[in-house]
Amino acid sequence: MRTLFEQLHDFLPADAVLLSEEAVRPYECDGLFVYRERPAAVVIPETLEQVQQVLKFCYTHKIPVVARGAGTGLSGGALPHKAGVLLSLAKFKRILNIDPVARTARVETGVRNASISQAVAAHGLYYAPDPSSQIACTIGGNVAENAGGVHCLKYGLTVHNILEIKVLTIEGELITIGSQAFDSAGYDLLALFTGSEGLLGVVMEVTVRLLPKPAAVQVVLAAFDSVINAGSAVAEIIAVGIIPAGLEMMDNAAIRAAEAFVKVGYPVDAAAILLCELDGSPEEVEIQIQQVRAIVEKHQASEVRLADNERQRLQFWAGRKAAFPAVGRISPDYYCMDGTIPRKHLPMVLQRIHELSEQYGLAVANVFHAGDGNLHPLILFDASKGQLHQAEELGGKILELCVAVGGTVTGEHGVGVEKLNQMCVQFNSQELLQFHAVKAAFDPANLLNPEKAIPTLHRCAEFGAMHVHHGELAFPELDRF
Amino acid sequence: MSDTDIALSLQSEVQAAIAEKIPLRIQGGGSKAFYGRTSQGKCLAVAPHCGIIDYEPSELVITARAGTPLKTINAQLAAQGQHLAFEPPHFGSTATLGGTIACGFSGSSRPYLGAARDFVLGVKCITGKGEMLHFGGQVMKNVAGYDVSRLMVGALGSLGVLLEISCRVLPMPVQQVSLRLPVDNEAQALQQLTHWNTQCLPLTASCFDGEAVWLRLAGVEISQARQKVLAELVSQEIASAFWENLREQQLGFFTSTQTPLWRLSVPPTAPSLNLGKSIIEWGGGLRWVYSDLPAEQIRAAVEKIGGHATLFRGGDRTAEVFHPLPPVLRKLHERLRQQFDPDNILNPSHFSTHW
Repeated sequence: MRTLFEQLHDFLPADAVLLSEEAVRPYECDGLFVYRERPAAVVIPETLEQVQQVLKFCYTHKIPVVARGAGTGLSGGALPHKAGVLLSLAKFKRILNIDPVARTARVETGVRNASISQAVAAHGLYYAPDPSSQIACTIGGNVAENAGGVHCLKYGLTVHNILEIKVLTIEGELITIGSQAFDSAGYDLLALFTGSEGLLGVVMEVTVRLLPKPAAVQVVLAAFDSVINAGSAVAEIIAVGIIPAGLEMMDNAAIRAAEAFVKVGYPVDAAAILLCELDGSPEEVEIQIQQVRAIVEKHQASEVRLADNERQRLQFWAGRKAAFPAVGRISPDYYCMDGTIPRKHLPMVLQRIHELSEQYGLAVANVFHAGDGNLHPLILFDASKGQLHQAEELGGKILELCVAVGGTVTGEHGVGVEKLNQMCVQFNSQELLQFHAVKAAFDPANLLNPEKAIPTLHRCAEFGAMHVHHGELAFPELDRF
Repeated sequence: MSDTDIALSLQSEVQAAIAEKIPLRIQGGGSKAFYGRTSQGKCLAVAPHCGIIDYEPSELVITARAGTPLKTINAQLAAQGQHLAFEPPHFGSTATLGGTIACGFSGSSRPYLGAARDFVLGVKCITGKGEMLHFGGQVMKNVAGYDVSRLMVGALGSLGVLLEISCRVLPMPVQQVSLRLPVDNEAQALQQLTHWNTQCLPLTASCFDGEAVWLRLAGVEISQARQKVLAELVSQEIASAFWENLREQQLGFFTSTQTPLWRLSVPPTAPSLNLGKSIIEWGGGLRWVYSDLPAEQIRAAVEKIGGHATLFRGGDRTAEVFHPLPPVLRKLHERLRQQFDPDNILNPSHFSTHW
């Protein structure tokens, strides 16, 4: 007799179903390697109808389904379910339509983020959200995670840059959410689905909004002897009314790691550097560059550099963009966190991270989307020395700190399996139950990406975390630094 | 009005209504009472719950209680050179922030700077279960949990009574000019709007008022961009009166007739619909039409080009005023509403005859 999963062959081609232990192994994790699980089956359908059949099959037999794009996520969102089907959407990679007049592109779910911008470049257009994995990550995954990038402050996240999605429900019904107009009838399900981590439906097609490439782009690199000065320069840039295209900060550990890797001449003795990118018409960029220059000088920048040409501009960015792999070179393992904080708390949060780093005996390098408050502390550790648990614990403390100052445990990487415990800190039990209620409206049998994104109350009780009430109940020790 | 926090008493009122199964009609300043379906129920007055809770210009975020008058918020922001960049209409001097967000209204800048939902970062609300919950927060990047705060935008209170809202704010433009190009007819206007949409101009508003196409350019330095458009430069005074009257529906077009006003949201490049005399905004994407044609006929015409039609003012407000949803989507809406308000207490039937 055939097993349940062998019945997938009834409606899928032979090579679209993987069942053996070795065949499914490549799918056992996403970008967060520390969590691994082998699914009961991997399916790689090619048509929408096949996906529909897979979902109907799973719905009928109560089998969990985990959808997967490129598997570049950093929170274990695409971690397979051991009793479930891993639904790979890798074959849906057609660009269906480009409309240069309406400035939209309609693409299948598996199209890579960067290939959208490449495809529309000839029209002088691009797709703005640029997560650092953009050469590999897919648009469907971007929608599931509400992916950001370094240009969010000015151009927004995925939710601000998509118009319409076609989604399959767990029952295999195809629905259109959003529209080709600026809004649509009913509730804003487009916002609800964006960032829902594959728990509400399977995104099959996305219409993205395209932007014209700016006529001019310029970047300022400023070095500071203190993180506090760099932080106050950031606050003033925003306060005077400048919205930079990108505003990034790196601390000394991150600067050193990046410079050792890309060798572009970063000032390795600086406590922090700021990279401030401005775009727009040549005239406005020129005006704002001078304003930014004056502000960083006022805040005692030890050095200010302006890119003389496009090559140099890309060099300035090279270190920032390579920060993660650069840290990967100097440490056997690293763990990337993703909290967001109100900008004003930056110096205090960095100081506290430094203290935690010493307490746990693990180095931390910080890269920071300073414009929008999204902090990526990179915890350096050596798994072969049994430091994973310490690294996770330190990471958890950092996220709890972010919540305590009024921020969030995840700015752009998602909760996945990684930050389930910290969700118990950010939300109270009624709020968590309301999230489960939202899921129940779309997936009452809890089959789509189960046990991700929203913790059960049972788990929170076991974790024993104190719910920190949106910064209102700050940890008492925060007053001391 | 002084700052007052009546969240707990509002919660008690909702809990009492749930216990007694009495529907509630949520009311802010009453400026948008014309909108949505006629709603019956005991009045839940949110306007006294008011005051700005937190505003730091360098964080680009303002948090205020739902009953805070929109004009108070605008004045506070303007004093710091900032604004709500989605330019919400007030439709009356009593407009509140909560009502604005619950209706999800956005003004002329919507295609260029974003809609109300794009600027909402977090909410505190009371659900139809009587629970006071927080979603989102005060930071721009936040993907913890489902985006319930944006879901509340435009939900007309049917998923929760808004108590507090955090909104992202933006600096006001340094320079701004408005230009006017007379055109012969609507088709020519749509052609012009599409043309200027693709010209890399720093547009922040556009309109066809029946006689001319109006464009508003804004930015740090726009003199070069302004040169690209050969059109009449409108004085600041006339221009700001025009955009304000357009936003508040005080132009002659909006005040001269009694037939129902339809709001048609369509793909901006869609051709003229010929449903009646219209004003066009949003680069072609928003069309206001006075028409007493049957609702089915208007909806069919708009649906055919991928849009949706709302009976904005007047007409039969006991029938559906929003575009009916396809069956599967309708089922999901009903279930979602059920999960937030199982007893149908909050603004029942305000959104739809079904939920």
